[in-house]
Amino acid sequence: MSDLNTRMIEKYRNDFLKEVEANVEEGEWVKMCMQCGVCSGSCPLGKHWAHPPQEIFMMIRAGKREEVLTSDSMWMCTSCYNCIVRCPRELPITHIMHGLATYSKKLGLVPKGQPTATFAEIFWNNMMKKGRVNELKLGLSLYFKDGFGQGIKNAMANQKLGMSMMKAKRMSPAEFFGGHGIKDVGGLQKMIKKAQELEEARMKKFD
Amino acid sequence: MTEVVATNQTILVVGGGISGMTAALEAAEAGAQVVLVEKRPYLGGRTSQLYKYFPKLCHPTCGLEINQRRAKMNPNLTILTSAEVTGLEGEPGNYTATVKITPTYVNDNCTACGECAKAVEAEFDDEYNYGLSKRKGAYLPHVMAHPMKYVLDPRIIGTDDAQKAKDACKYDAIDLDMEEREINFPVGAVVWATGWQPYDAAKIQPYGYDRFENVISSVEFERMADPKGPTGGKIVRPSDGKEAKNVAFIQCAGSRDRNHLWHCSRICCMASLKQTHYVVDAYGDDAQVSIYYIDIRAIDRFEDFYARVKAMDNVKFIKSKVASITLNKENGNPVLNGVDTEGYHRYANEHDLVVLAIGMQPSVGMDEFPVEVSLNREGFIEPSEENGGVFPAGCAADALDVNRAVQSATGAALKAIQVVNRVAGAEG
Repeated sequence: MSDLNTRMIEKYRNDFLKEVEANVEEGEWVKMCMQCGVCSGSCPLGKHWAHPPQEIFMMIRAGKREEVLTSDSMWMCTSCYNCIVRCPRELPITHIMHGLATYSKKLGLVPKGQPTATFAEIFWNNMMKKGRVNELKLGLSLYFKDGFGQGIKNAMANQKLGMSMMKAKRMSPAEFFGGHGIKDVGGLQKMIKKAQELEEARMKKFD
Repeated sequence: MTEVVATNQTILVVGGGISGMTAALEAAEAGAQVVLVEKRPYLGGRTSQLYKYFPKLCHPTCGLEINQRRAKMNPNLTILTSAEVTGLEGEPGNYTATVKITPTYVNDNCTACGECAKAVEAEFDDEYNYGLSKRKGAYLPHVMAHPMKYVLDPRIIGTDDAQKAKDACKYDAIDLDMEEREINFPVGAVVWATGWQPYDAAKIQPYGYDRFENVISSVEFERMADPKGPTGGKIVRPSDGKEAKNVAFIQCAGSRDRNHLWHCSRICCMASLKQTHYVVDAYGDDAQVSIYYIDIRAIDRFEDFYARVKAMDNVKFIKSKVASITLNKENGNPVLNGVDTEGYHRYANEHDLVVLAIGMQPSVGMDEFPVEVSLNREGFIEPSEENGGVFPAGCAADALDVNRAVQSATGAALKAIQVVNRVAGAEG
């Protein structure tokens, strides 16, 4: 086989649909899409997607592995569930989008600096520390995610909101020192680790 | 009032639309005794409400006339209109049917002169035109009604209008004392041809059928195109009566959608292609038609019909299920929003009028059948041993066009004849 052929095969992996079906949550639904486009038209953030859901499904079936997994489209999903409700074939589109995002994260293909992905990571790490989300620290991490200077600016801009939340006891400054958590954090962490191992073992190798 | 003479060799046909009429006539002409029961005060059903048929674009009135003449000529056929089957008990070759007959307050003396309608003042939504126009409380259901008799709306009974109608009648045809009655008679086999109804368009919430005046259903559009219809055949916008030259059709409105009807209603693609002709015939080069579709299913041998419409310069096909309709408040135009599948372009297209190619659902609800029959998920009757001597015909059996409904009805008539022939054979 010529080099060009090999390169093209690499570019358009025909087994990408199978890979999605095996490794992406609800991926087995992708083949059910009939390309009516009602999901894309119903998405409130639709115009910000490089590839709307219907196109993503078609790209998966066309084997455009790289383009799909490195795309930031599925990270645009805000879980409003409009697409799921409207889909004439009841595809769990929201879940598939999250599944694709998770899978792309596992493979390390997330576009650099994608804000939703960054937020998800901050949220996860925050929650894993104590078994509860520390909202004060979550907020601060978000403010400072683009550097110290920008962080100060963000904090100043939202100063009033922060003060009101503290007054209303929606946020406590004491959370800065340690913060509340669950009884057995170590147990939780072990449990999650085990679950991740199981998931890892179940994942089929395609690359 | 017609008296029913029936035996267990009689075939009961439930529903007097194109399928029921066909089954009844085929069976009667083959020599069987037939009782045809129709809920409306006239025969013809939804076919009588069509302006033109596809693919020949000829008028259903033609076929209706032939069938009505066949019905009048045939001594084996008894027709009960304004009548409903409320019960059916027994087994193949030996059923007892219960039929409720609703009074029309008009007897056979009626000459359809129309004096009663002139005398009556009360007006009601005209069912024949899907409520797009009004009719009097005394009315002829439509120009080719069979039986050709006026009907009094029960809502005027007890009012002055009823007396006015009676006084205006020169033929003593109005009988205000007519009462609902129930009759029982034996039958050997049943052809069930209760037909279809349009899916409730208001249930497709994002299309705003109940919010936007210029979003109508395909059955309403059909009446609008008919010169005998509510607008005298003019294709206009319900909101302001302006000519609707830029018309959009939305396919699969309710069909092929697990939130609404699971099945493909089969007729809607051809119906929209047919209705495209109405717009182009009315406005020529000024017409602009856009058809939004998932895929065009020009069933049967009709691909050439689709090809001809596709070749028209002023007809656009947009491969997309429209996501939502909004309103341009300034001009009352519906705006169609979505993303197309050929290039994934986001669009927001304005049109004068939007026609929802509405899906077909069985007229009789799943739990409304007076007799045990095998129903599929969509509520159509499945061919099954369980049905005994009840044979579905036409749209009670599946979503069908007129052509296929007639074929289905002939088949059902044959099956019913076999049952009554067995009875005849056994009884010698």
